[in-house]
Amino acid sequence: MHQIIRKQEMAKGTIVRFDVRAPEIAKKAKPGQFVIVRLTETGERIPLTIADKDSFEGYITLIFQVVGKTTAIMRTLNEGDAIKDLVGPLGKPADIQKVGTVIMVGGGTGVAILHHIAKAFKEAGNTVISIIGAREKDLLILENEMRIISDELVITTDDGSYGQLGFVTEPLQRYLDERYDIKEVYAIGPIPMMKFVCRLTKKYNVPTMVSLNPIMIDGTGMCGGCRVTVGNETKFCCVDGPDFNGHEVDFDELTKRNSMYLKEEKDALLFSIRG
Amino acid sequence: MSKKKSPAPKKENAKQSPKDKPAEKPKRPPRPPRTKMPEQPPDIRIKNFVEVPYGLTPEEAQLEAARCIQCKRPKCVEGCPVSVQIPEFIALIKDGHFAEAASKIKETNVLPAVCGRVCPQETQCEETCILGRRGEPVAIGYLERFCADYERLGGHIKLPKKKRPNDKKVAIVGSGPAGLTVAGDLSLLGYKLTIFEAFHKGGGVLVYGIPEFRLPKEIVETEINYLERLGVEIKYNHVIGMCKSINELLTKDGFDAVFIGVGAGLPRFLNIPGENLNGVYSANEYLTRSNLMKAYLYPTYNTPIMKGRKVTVVGGGNVAMDCARTALRLGSDKVMLVYRRAREQMPARAEEVHHAAEEGIDFRLLSNPVEIIGDDTGVVKRIKCQKYQLGEPDDSGRRRPLPIEGEYFELETDLVIIAIGNNANPLIKATTPDIETNKWGNIIVDEFGRTNKNFVYAAGDIVTGGATVISAMGGGRKAATGIHRDLMGIKDEDVQD
Repeated sequence: MHQIIRKQEMAKGTIVRFDVRAPEIAKKAKPGQFVIVRLTETGERIPLTIADKDSFEGYITLIFQVVGKTTAIMRTLNEGDAIKDLVGPLGKPADIQKVGTVIMVGGGTGVAILHHIAKAFKEAGNTVISIIGAREKDLLILENEMRIISDELVITTDDGSYGQLGFVTEPLQRYLDERYDIKEVYAIGPIPMMKFVCRLTKKYNVPTMVSLNPIMIDGTGMCGGCRVTVGNETKFCCVDGPDFNGHEVDFDELTKRNSMYLKEEKDALLFSIRG
Repeated sequence: MSKKKSPAPKKENAKQSPKDKPAEKPKRPPRPPRTKMPEQPPDIRIKNFVEVPYGLTPEEAQLEAARCIQCKRPKCVEGCPVSVQIPEFIALIKDGHFAEAASKIKETNVLPAVCGRVCPQETQCEETCILGRRGEPVAIGYLERFCADYERLGGHIKLPKKKRPNDKKVAIVGSGPAGLTVAGDLSLLGYKLTIFEAFHKGGGVLVYGIPEFRLPKEIVETEINYLERLGVEIKYNHVIGMCKSINELLTKDGFDAVFIGVGAGLPRFLNIPGENLNGVYSANEYLTRSNLMKAYLYPTYNTPIMKGRKVTVVGGGNVAMDCARTALRLGSDKVMLVYRRAREQMPARAEEVHHAAEEGIDFRLLSNPVEIIGDDTGVVKRIKCQKYQLGEPDDSGRRRPLPIEGEYFELETDLVIIAIGNNANPLIKATTPDIETNKWGNIIVDEFGRTNKNFVYAAGDIVTGGATVISAMGGGRKAATGIHRDLMGIKDEDVQD
C-alpha cells in the first residue's frame, strides 16, 4: 500500500497531482520513467509517468488527467488514502546530455512529464527554451515550475485566453526559423500535438524525442500490448521506450490502438455509476 | 461404528480372491481398465470457467492405484523430472492413506496439485509406465491430483519439519514454478528466503497464463500460502532489473545468493503486415487480461478484453489451446486455430488438443498467416493464410512444414491471437550485462543452475526457452541443490549421486 501524502487539483479539477509514498521507487526513478498503478483488488493496471520524486522524503509525484474509470476513481482519493499497487520505476530513462540549446514542448498533462525531463536538461547545463500550451488559461499547469527551470518560456492557449493565441507549433516554428543552434526538441503531450511538432522539426532536421503512453498491462515486456511502430519496426513501449525518436513514430497507428477500449471504458464508467 | 466395520470384510475378500485363484491357474486376473476421469460435458463447459475434469473419487483413486504393479525398478520415476516416488505414493493411496500419499509426493514436488493437472504425464511418467507396453499406463497424473486435492480440501496440509535456520539469505526472482520450487526446497533446509514478484499476485505463468478451467487459481494461492507459512517472504510489485539490480541484491541487500526464474516473457510475433491492428493480441496479453486481471468477470473487474465473434488463434501448443478455449468461454461464436503443421505434430498435450476439438475448435491445419487485414478504423477484418505441406523431418524430428506456392485462403475474423511462443525477456540482461546468455538471450547455466556470476543461479524458461511447468521445477530443484552446496561449501565432486 502506498499512501497519498499530498493531493492537489489542477486545471479545474481535470488534472490531479498526488505525492505518493514510495521510497524504493523514489530512490531509483529517473526522468522519463513510469510506474504501473492498480488501485484496488478489482482494478486494472494503468501506466503513469513519474512527474517528480523526492528520494529524501521517499515519495514520487504522479500527475494525471481524468480520462477513464481508473483515473476517475483515483481523483476521488484523498490525502491519507492509499494506492494498492505501485510498480516501478519502469521503462528507459530519458537520454539527457549536454547538447547546447534544447526546446521543450509540452501540451496539456504532458507538461507534467516534460517538467521532470526539462529540469534534468537544465541541470545537465543546457539552455532550455520551453513552449507549453493548453486549450485555455485555466487548463494550463506547472507554469511557475516551468518558468524556474527555463531560460525562455512561451505560453500558448488555443482560445487566446492566456499567452499567445494558437498552438505550440507556431512559436516552435519561429524559434526554428530564427535560431540555428537548436540541437534537440522534446515534445510531450496529446498525440496530435506530438505528431505536428515532429512533422515540423523534421523539415528543419532537428532531432526530436517524444514520450508515448500506449495501453499497457505488465510494463515489463511480457504482454506486448503496448507495441508501437517506430522506424517501421515494432517496439514495446514499456521496455524499449517510453521515449522514442519522434520522426520515426507511427502516430496514426498509436491513435487507433489507444482507442481500442473506448466502448468498454464508457461502459465501465456507467457501470461504476449505476452499479 | 458401522462405518469402520464395513471396509474390513472387503479387504479380506480382496486378499482371499487372489489366494483362491493361483491354485487353479498361475495367470493373473485381467487388469481393470484405466479409470476414466469424469469431466464437465463440452456443451456445458464452454459456457463457464470452472475446471473441466472433476477429479477422482476416493473409490476410483483406490481402484486405479490397485492397477500399479509396484515395479522394483520403477521406470515411471525415471520419467519424472523431479523424481517423485511414484510407486510409494500410489501404494499409500491403495491403502487409503491419502494425506500420507500427498506428503510423500511433496518430499520431491512442492506443487502436486498443479503438476497433477498440467504436467504432460503422457510423455513423462506415464509414457515409461510398464503397463503402457501392453495396455494403458497407470493414471499417475489423476492420482497425483487426487491426493493433493484430498490434502488441500480436507484441510490436511501439514508443515514439514524444517532444518534449524542457518544464517544464509537467498533472493528468488520470479514466483513461477521454478522460483516456488527453489523456495520450497531451500526453506526446508533452513534458509531465509525472499521472493521478488513483478506482478501483484504470485505464481507467474500459473496465474497469468494457465486459465482457471485448467488450473483453478485457488490452488496456486494455497501453494503460495503454504510457502508463506514455511516462512518465505514474498515481495510483490518488484521488477528486479528495474527497482533493484541482481548485483544490488548481492551487495546492498546482503543476499548470499540470487536465483533467477523470471520466465521467457517476451512474446513472439509473426512479423507480418497488420499485426498491430486493433484486435490482434499476443497470447500473453490475452491470457493475462483474462486470467490474472479477470477480464472474464468484466466489468466487476475493471480490465477489459476484446471478445471477438470469430476468433483466430495462431499456434499449436498448450498456450494456443488455452487461448482458443478461453475465447469460446468468453462467448465467441466461432474459434479457429491456424497451425502450420498437422495435428500429430502439435506440441500441445494430446489431452488439450482432444479437449479443444471436443469443444468445437475449428482446426485449420497446414496453414500459416501471411497478412492480417483491417478496416479503415484499424480493426481486424480478415486473415490471409498460406497453405502448407509436410516435407522431410527437421532438427526437432517433426516433418518440416513447407509453404505451397500460390495457395492462399482468407478467413473472416475480428480477433487474432498470436500464440507462437516467447523470446527471453531483456530486463535482467540489460541491467546485469555480465551475465552470460546465448544468442537467444537465454541464461547459460551448468547442471546445478549456476550462471557465470558467482552465487547467481537460474532455471526455468529463462534458461530453456518456453517449456513446461515441471521442467522448470526440475531446473529449480537442481539450482536449489547448487545453491545449497555452494553456500554450505560442499563440492560437487564430494557428493555421490
